Amino acid sequence: MIIGVLALQGDFAEHLQVLYQLGVEAQEVRLPTHLENLAGLILPGGESTTIGKLASNFGLMEPLRRFAEMNPVWGTCAGAIFLAKNTHSQQPLLGLMDITVQRNAFGRQVDSFEADLKIPVLQEPDHPFRAIFIRAPIIESVGEDVDVLARLEEEGSSKNGRIVAAKQQNLLVSSFHPELTQDTRFHRYFLSLVEEA
Amino acid sequence: MDKEIGTFAVKKGLAQMLKGGVIMDVVTPEHAETAEKAGAVAVMALERVPADIRAYGGVARMSDPGLIQEIMDTVTIPVMAKCRIGHFVEAQILEALGVDYIDESEVLTPADESHHINKHEFKVPFVCGCRDLGEALRRIGEGAAMIRTKGEAGSGDVVEAVRHARVVQGEIRRLTNLPDEELMAYAKGIGAPYELVKEVKELGQLPVVNFAAGGIATPSDAAMMMQLGMDGVFVGSGIFKSGDPPTRAKAMVAAVTHFNNPEILAEISKGLGEPMVGIGVTKIPESERLALRGW
Repeated sequence: MIIGVLALQGDFAEHLQVLYQLGVEAQEVRLPTHLENLAGLILPGGESTTIGKLASNFGLMEPLRRFAEMNPVWGTCAGAIFLAKNTHSQQPLLGLMDITVQRNAFGRQVDSFEADLKIPVLQEPDHPFRAIFIRAPIIESVGEDVDVLARLEEEGSSKNGRIVAAKQQNLLVSSFHPELTQDTRFHRYFLSLVEEA
Repeated sequence: MDKEIGTFAVKKGLAQMLKGGVIMDVVTPEHAETAEKAGAVAVMALERVPADIRAYGGVARMSDPGLIQEIMDTVTIPVMAKCRIGHFVEAQILEALGVDYIDESEVLTPADESHHINKHEFKVPFVCGCRDLGEALRRIGEGAAMIRTKGEAGSGDVVEAVRHARVVQGEIRRLTNLPDEELMAYAKGIGAPYELVKEVKELGQLPVVNFAAGGIATPSDAAMMMQLGMDGVFVGSGIFKSGDPPTRAKAMVAAVTHFNNPEILAEISKGLGEPMVGIGVTKIPESERLALRGW
């Protein structure tokens, strides 16, 4: 089982590091031929506009869409934006997942933060997941076929309970960065989806 | 839910998101738009690119906050801005403005010839220049969450960027082979905090992201810096002092992604128009070398 990490731009090395640590074979994906023989794909964090442009310019959009029809794909932050059907900005999107995403939903970098999340689908669900949000997007709304996996608790705020992780069949998104922490549970959850597929 | 802002993980994290990307110097909102369209991961908002700062002479200071604000309002990608070395009030102003990263930069005229800013006190992350491992670790010790090799800004000559990248990488390679009992003397020798020296030995790399900067003018320059082990590149004068900025900008972005693929590099290097003219570093008198600023 080989997992690919889209390596056009962003923190792909951090994802690869976690995969290697879990004993999983993994490789960088920069061109359509690199998708052959992969069992799953991670779209890393980075700048979604940059990643989208490079994917368009190097003929990756259709191959990525075909790959995601049959295989598990997980997008973190910029990767989540790239997978979404709708954002409020003009940029190349794969447009596969029935979610609407708002970019930079929390503000600028000075508003970036860490927070504990409850994520019931992970192992040891009672143990909070320390999530890192960097100029993070929020999942504003989801379609009928989408399961919400995690919400951000902001008690006392009218925005309490915004969606930060979701799944639609083989597609998974998180607006935070499990690859920047030592907690490997989210990666193991994605790998379990790949094994089931 | 124990929400925390401004943690080191969050500061360093934004630099990690910029990896494999090009950060472009821009002096107008129109430049910023061109940079974003070309696929820049961030822009550095400035009144003058380094080549013009060099030509103009005089004291170079933080840019007009109004200009920085206009650029922030124009693009959705992160916006960085420069303050003078040691000028903590310029940094406070940039933080209040909401810039995404502050470059405490030798390109501007230093405000303090002994001390850099205590960057731990800020919520906004800082990037700082270095010429060697000791300088990099002193800056990280002061709180920098990202490092860039200095090169020689505004020269269009990549030789100093290469020198600084090779020095830093070479020192890390040697450090990883030192026995633990020699680390204290090594730390003393390079003027770096012991704890960070130990951390670099364990990691085999800097504990933060390290970009190349200073004199990068062509896609092949950018790809070479990536092959030398840098995480991404800053391009200052190299784009907007060239004949065809949009085309060159797009080629630089592609070169950083496909840095290991000479066929693609050959393709994207075609027909880019005139590169910036540049000035050979050996022709710049020592008193005008920007890289020598920083302590």
